[in-house]
Amino acid sequence: MGFFIVLSLLLLLLDYHHYLPSLRRVLNNAAAPLQYVIDAPLRFLNKVDQGVTTQSVLRADNIKLQSQQLFLEAKLQRFDALESENRQLSQLLSASEHLKKQRIELARLLLVNADPLLNEVLLDKGQNDGVYIGQPVIDADGIMGQVISVDLLTSRVLLLTDFRSAIPVQDVRSDARGILVGRGRLAKLTLRDTPGTVDIKVNDLLVTSGLGGHYPPGYPVGLVSSVNMNVAAQFASIQVTPSAQLNRNRPVLLIWPDKSSGAAAKVVSPHSKK
Amino acid sequence: MKPLYFSTYLLLILSFVFAVMLNIVPLTPTLALIYPLWLPLILIYWVMVLPEHIHLTLAWSLGLIIDVLHGSYLGEHSLALCVITFLAYRFHLQFRMFPLMQQMLFVFMLLLIYAGLLAWIQSLLKVTIQLRWLWVSLIVSAFMWPVLQKLLRINSIDMRH
Repeated sequence: MGFFIVLSLLLLLLDYHHYLPSLRRVLNNAAAPLQYVIDAPLRFLNKVDQGVTTQSVLRADNIKLQSQQLFLEAKLQRFDALESENRQLSQLLSASEHLKKQRIELARLLLVNADPLLNEVLLDKGQNDGVYIGQPVIDADGIMGQVISVDLLTSRVLLLTDFRSAIPVQDVRSDARGILVGRGRLAKLTLRDTPGTVDIKVNDLLVTSGLGGHYPPGYPVGLVSSVNMNVAAQFASIQVTPSAQLNRNRPVLLIWPDKSSGAAAKVVSPHSKK
Repeated sequence: MKPLYFSTYLLLILSFVFAVMLNIVPLTPTLALIYPLWLPLILIYWVMVLPEHIHLTLAWSLGLIIDVLHGSYLGEHSLALCVITFLAYRFHLQFRMFPLMQQMLFVFMLLLIYAGLLAWIQSLLKVTIQLRWLWVSLIVSAFMWPVLQKLLRINSIDMRH
């Protein structure tokens, strides 16, 4: 008994101080096949569930998707025009910053629950696909989080809502900047250390500011859900709901930001000067 | 210690594989609230039924597997599982004499120790934890005890030893 307790404590201590990276890597890689095995029957059930839909549902879906595609294409046309205009303008300003092409790849979540107390998910892409630690992960609606550990076949993503997560953001409307931190299990984020006079209102969209060079700038992060400007307190208390669907089983995207533009941290718009 | 039937072995191994799988299936937040702690439950069951056959090494390795799958610090679950295995073994003779209600209470206490140990270790290692609804899943787990007994019932000769 004593032997096992000492062994466990020793292991805990060593792992906590990251003295066992190689052991951890070996164990994680050994666990990956098991995770795929557990994922398979659940995925199969999902497939069966999807397989038995009625024709009318499919038709309705089809119509909806077609109209959605039309809508998105129309939006894209405008975007093309804007992009070329943007390029011309930045050439006029002889700015060195351009919207660079980023490599983006689709990944899917393994249907394996991480510890329910930790806001982490597992992806089916790993070292073999070029995933690296710190890589941003998004879904169709916004930033989901970042990769915190990479194994050969899988990688672990820390979601925005975790206590350990912090992300620099800026308000689209007012360009006010701040740092969003997670709050554990709640689907809420808090804007940390923002002065009581900051220009942020309810329903403002917050996007990544690119400061810190970790997340690429301009991706939506969340909508402001409540602002409490207490004159007496030094800081405002601002709650934000994440844009990304964090608890859905949907495909996600891994971004490889352009490494050459290490100057991503320098994106400061002239409005943000107060 | 007498050797086990092959079928008992099979049941033992399958139940542990199943428990590990149950431990990492994805859950909705509400389901996670009432989700029983399957692995310690099944481990306690086997300690009570086959006390001579469940070694601490097994508990420790199961804990390590969970730690790897969860991505938690290595040793967390090993430690907690070892402690409750030891306690279950220490009291297994008394436990068999208990009426069902008292058995459930005892299982509840063991799981409380398990969850408490985990929470304590995690708070020491500065992992975020949420304990407010823990008691729900503990109570559900305790009520799973008679169900588990029915499900995993093996022949009575093995039960008696």
